[in-house]
Amino acid sequence: MSVLAWTYLIVGLSFALYIGIAIWSRASHTRDFYVAGGGVHPVTNGMATAADWMSAASFISMAGLISFMGRDGAVYLMGWTGGYVLLALLLAPYLRKFGKFTIPDFIGDRYYSDTARLVAVVCAIFVSFTYVAGQMRGVGIVFSRFLEVDITTGVVIGMAIVFFYAVLGGMKGITYTQVAQYVVLIFAYMVPAIFISILLTGHVFPQFGFGADLSGGGGYLLDKLDGLSTELGFDPYTNGQKPMIDVFAITAALMIGTAGLPHVIVRFFTVPKVKDARKSAGWALIFIAILYTTAPAVAAFARLNMIQTINGADGAGALYSEAPSWVKNWEKTGLIKWEDKNGDGRMFYAKDADRNEMTIDRDIMVLANPEIANLPAWVIALVAAGGLAAALSTAAGLLLVISSAISHDLLKKVVMPGITEKQELLYARLAAGVAVVIAGLLGIYPPAFVAQVVAFAFGLAASSFFPAIFLGIFDKRTNKQGAITGMVVGIAFTAAYIVYFKFVNPTAGADQWFLKISPEGIGFVGMLLNFAVTYAVSRMTAPPPEHIQHLVEDIRVPRGAGEATQH
Amino acid sequence: MTPAKRKEYWSRNLKVLLTLLAIWFVVSFGFGILLADWLDNFRIFGFKLGFWFAQQGSIYVFVVLIFVYVGIMNRLDREFDVHED
Repeated sequence: MSVLAWTYLIVGLSFALYIGIAIWSRASHTRDFYVAGGGVHPVTNGMATAADWMSAASFISMAGLISFMGRDGAVYLMGWTGGYVLLALLLAPYLRKFGKFTIPDFIGDRYYSDTARLVAVVCAIFVSFTYVAGQMRGVGIVFSRFLEVDITTGVVIGMAIVFFYAVLGGMKGITYTQVAQYVVLIFAYMVPAIFISILLTGHVFPQFGFGADLSGGGGYLLDKLDGLSTELGFDPYTNGQKPMIDVFAITAALMIGTAGLPHVIVRFFTVPKVKDARKSAGWALIFIAILYTTAPAVAAFARLNMIQTINGADGAGALYSEAPSWVKNWEKTGLIKWEDKNGDGRMFYAKDADRNEMTIDRDIMVLANPEIANLPAWVIALVAAGGLAAALSTAAGLLLVISSAISHDLLKKVVMPGITEKQELLYARLAAGVAVVIAGLLGIYPPAFVAQVVAFAFGLAASSFFPAIFLGIFDKRTNKQGAITGMVVGIAFTAAYIVYFKFVNPTAGADQWFLKISPEGIGFVGMLLNFAVTYAVSRMTAPPPEHIQHLVEDIRVPRGAGEATQH
Repeated sequence: MTPAKRKEYWSRNLKVLLTLLAIWFVVSFGFGILLADWLDNFRIFGFKLGFWFAQQGSIYVFVVLIFVYVGIMNRLDREFDVHED
């Protein structure tokens, strides 16, 4: 069977599974739609959270990024896992005890203010839309490369699938499809990684393989990679290159942003108890860590394989005429380019522009990995299904946040409080439907900045939501004036810094950055600013009313956590 | 629950959080970033130690921290009779 036939078969089967689950898990109440009825088992929720969280970027791009960044790639590894510790210890159990449906619910009630609620709604929608556009784009790209349909058709098929289970099933449908998607994506990620680890080092677990000896002799794999990198003019792979303060700030911004992302937080409203919310965060991190501890191994393997294939075993460059088929396959997509500068008919990869003849896109490190290692056709097909699972599961989670922000927080809580539950459910479905279409359009006609903005969603979430939620639980004295000014100042500062250095004055280099902190890491500074402003303003204005102080007392103890309800 | 008990439960909770978050900070920001270059003088199999903490070790510790937290809090909740079932 050809690769294309395998791909159609495996992707088709996985889609049939998602649709089957959607039909089985239709939502009949707003409680089903927003929080899956509040009865999801903590391990199930952990798995769904992992799929919700790991997006097309984690699956397709992360290992490639690390492979070009070396040790500094740890900003993503630590940043996107360490946030779960903050989530489990500082937010999830208390928000579960609070027991409402959304983040704006918490912000609006805790800060007794519809203004605060609206600020939260705007932040949630803004963060989620930038994120979801990238997912739909990822769906389109996987379709076009593996199934040979054009990107627009790919996005439309993806939209139709998400529309079906998100609009029909809401959180309930999304939860159970995400479980299936997790299984598909982790299988698709691990199979090639294990194969390659065995080929290179003889170890089954890639996590051990990349710290082990190479099978053919030649010492430790990482030492070999360091040596090759130095020869070719790069910094050693295992050394850091970015300024330490920037690595620190980016890691912190990603961690805190992860803890503040609304589509992740709402997943913890779906479990029955406070106890389950804590445990569920641990399970989520286990499921995520399986991929996240494999990714740096894939990065190192792929870089070594890539250098050795292109530069040849003797390091003199491999003849292009004898290049393996994957080089030519991926050349067609434009992800690999070869320019024979010295006219010797050999490919060569190096750091300095005179010697280097290759342009290599980072996404290739995962997508072409099975081909580079000569794995069977069904493994290549599996990677396509995995990429789609990662993108669709994240898109669905984000769409739910957008739809509940509109139907619940905006319509039900502010604009028309009189609507019945049936009407609210209808509006939730309509909002989800409209959001799918907008997300699809953003995927088909991506504004030039979308890809870049996705990475900044974390900084924005860190500088807006995290301090407001954290202080809402841990500091009774924080009042609405403090929280509102803090959120506005935090997100405005972060957005302004990003917009200035990325779009207004992109030529301003690293020497003009504040304390050498890049726009990726500035959310950390924005968050500190938010904390300082919130604290100061709260102390200068009247304390929150008595009943709010009681509310805070109440969310601090587990007992009495009812099902997530609408009061 | 009396206000005094409530206060004690909360301060015990904060102590747990501070301890665990201190470990969280030390393994990630400490070992993985601030001290990584120095730790690279040591080795664990083929990994330089700082590199290992940055790309592997910190993640394992994160997982353990959450489950330790779950265990401690379940016990604390029982001790103060605020558990759910």
